[in-house]
Amino acid sequence: MSQPFRVGSLRHREQSKFLSVCRVKCVVMMVSFADLKANLKKDFSGLRCVRVAVASDSAMQHFTVALRASGYEAGLDLIIHDAGYDQIERSIFDPSSDLYGFGPQCIVILHWVEKLFERFQRTPPAERSGFADVHLSLVRSLIEAVGRNSQSRFLYANFPEFSDGVYGNYSSKLTTSWLFQIRKINFELMALAREFPNLFINDLAVLAARHGALAMRDAKLAVSAHMAFALDFLPILATNTVRIICAIEGRTRKCLVLDLDNTLWGGVIGDDGLENIEIGGLGIGSAFTRVQLWAKQLKQRGIVLAVCSKNTESVALEPFKKHPDMVLRQEDIAVFVANWESKVDNIRHIRSVLEIGLDAMVFVDDSPVERELVRNALPEVFVPEMPEDPAEFAETLQRLELFETASITEEDADRTLQYQQEARRRELVTTFQGAEDFLRSLEMVAAVEAFTPFNAPRVAQLTQRSNQFNLRTVRYTEEDIRRIASSSAHRGFAYSLADKFGSYGLICVVILRSQERELLIDTWLMSCRVLKRGMEHFVLNHLVRAGREAGFTALVGEYLPTAKNALVKDHYASLGFSRCIQNGAELWRLKFVDFVSTPNHIKNS
Amino acid sequence: MTHTRILSEIQDIMRRVFDNEDLNIVEATTAKDIREWDSLSHIELIVAIEKHFHFKFTLKEVQSFHNVGEMCGAIAQKVS
Repeated sequence: MSQPFRVGSLRHREQSKFLSVCRVKCVVMMVSFADLKANLKKDFSGLRCVRVAVASDSAMQHFTVALRASGYEAGLDLIIHDAGYDQIERSIFDPSSDLYGFGPQCIVILHWVEKLFERFQRTPPAERSGFADVHLSLVRSLIEAVGRNSQSRFLYANFPEFSDGVYGNYSSKLTTSWLFQIRKINFELMALAREFPNLFINDLAVLAARHGALAMRDAKLAVSAHMAFALDFLPILATNTVRIICAIEGRTRKCLVLDLDNTLWGGVIGDDGLENIEIGGLGIGSAFTRVQLWAKQLKQRGIVLAVCSKNTESVALEPFKKHPDMVLRQEDIAVFVANWESKVDNIRHIRSVLEIGLDAMVFVDDSPVERELVRNALPEVFVPEMPEDPAEFAETLQRLELFETASITEEDADRTLQYQQEARRRELVTTFQGAEDFLRSLEMVAAVEAFTPFNAPRVAQLTQRSNQFNLRTVRYTEEDIRRIASSSAHRGFAYSLADKFGSYGLICVVILRSQERELLIDTWLMSCRVLKRGMEHFVLNHLVRAGREAGFTALVGEYLPTAKNALVKDHYASLGFSRCIQNGAELWRLKFVDFVSTPNHIKNS
Repeated sequence: MTHTRILSEIQDIMRRVFDNEDLNIVEATTAKDIREWDSLSHIELIVAIEKHFHFKFTLKEVQSFHNVGEMCGAIAQKVS
């Protein structure tokens, strides 16, 4: 799924191989605690470090082992601080606690449902209808304390919903029942997560429903060792926790590549013909309709759909254009590749059109042969193992939680349209003599804004997701962005771009921090969709203008290399910054007195 | 299943759980004799034995074992 930082090393290739083996295994059976633990002996060097604090009112030592081992599978070196048994309140409310001293980037809190339940049982009946509110106000004060004392993200687990066997099905009618109160807590936690951008719900309720309450706990270990979970449930919970951390770290998948015959419909379009493929009412068509409905949902959410099929293109397109029961239509597919070339080459082609990483792609194909070919040649692409029976396709894919995210913005939904506009721009390039002609013809207009409550979600999302054109790769949440917006030492700029084919939306973010008379460039990132448009020149002209007006004398930039941002290695050199070494760090300085503004084809709106 | 057979299977499990290929046990072996056998790995051991022999220990049984031999005795009763 995600890439460690040093690509190309032997260790990386070994890991990729290991990962693809694991992927296959995951579908067939769950990884046991003992198997997962073996990861701790592997080489973590070169993996991205994330500092995670864990606090619970149950014994968490085994969980921290599982968490670190799961992190390895996702290419993360999780440095874990265990706050100790039953130390949630003390370590969160005390600003001088070891937990804050550890400097966590994520705080994982697990309140044990059995303790919560016992507290409920000991609550006088007359007060039980207010039980959820009491707990929710505790959670709220925990989040507020974390916000005061650190900039850490806060991962809070919700609760498995079980009946206490007191009122039976009647529980739903009674506000004083356990089931009513625990469900209320779970529901209101979602509202709390909407209110606090730094709060992420670790959805234990979904895991419990999926795997069953019996698999989740071991009564003997609960009583004798205060363990909230069965040993072999820990890998499930740890994996789920790591998924959230990955999303916060910007490691998300962006594209679903789909095979056609026997994946999106039953039968072979080239042999069976339009009337005989199974989709909708025909044969086992409803199994494939389910897959299509799910893919459509993803497209509406902003995941890009692509088709990669061994077919003649005109034949493969026919169902998308003419079949009344197809849920997916041609306009839902950003890149449609149907030919007789190898799927490996075709997936590489799709990747280059979309300008995303291979590790942002998922490839779904019913054929074990094609899956294996892609897995071997492109280990970064996630290729889920599919069940033999198409009836299980949709639920198998849904269960894998392939598209975890840490933020959603309205722009996401337009993404397919944006890629289609890009395809039209590409066609146009070929009709022009030179790049300058082409750029002029685009009639580009850019707008600059400070950070506002309206653009904060998209700004935060860009800091989380941009990997290639990103000079320092610092990740921020919405709350961080709001803090920067109100800080007198910082200046944040959000740039949008439009051309005659449509709007690219907000595509560039710069965060400056003042240090005496100079402005340090904390963040400069751009969406790869606007590469080679001259946007960096427009931005630099603006930064210098704004800097001069505010009385500063220079810009100071820094390039921090990652596995993915080699693209901007020479960014500052090519913009005329001069190299200097300061405290051992390589920095780039542009004195305003030396600056001559660079011509470009972008108008200021 | 004989005690000797159970003992040898437990030895294999212990070698795996305690990550020590040279580990040798006898009936009189206790947690004190094995450096890697602490309260945390004990939990992993119990779960591994339960999975291997397909049964569950009760709370009382887990707390009543004084040495490996007593554990073998309990297993012998369960799997017979």
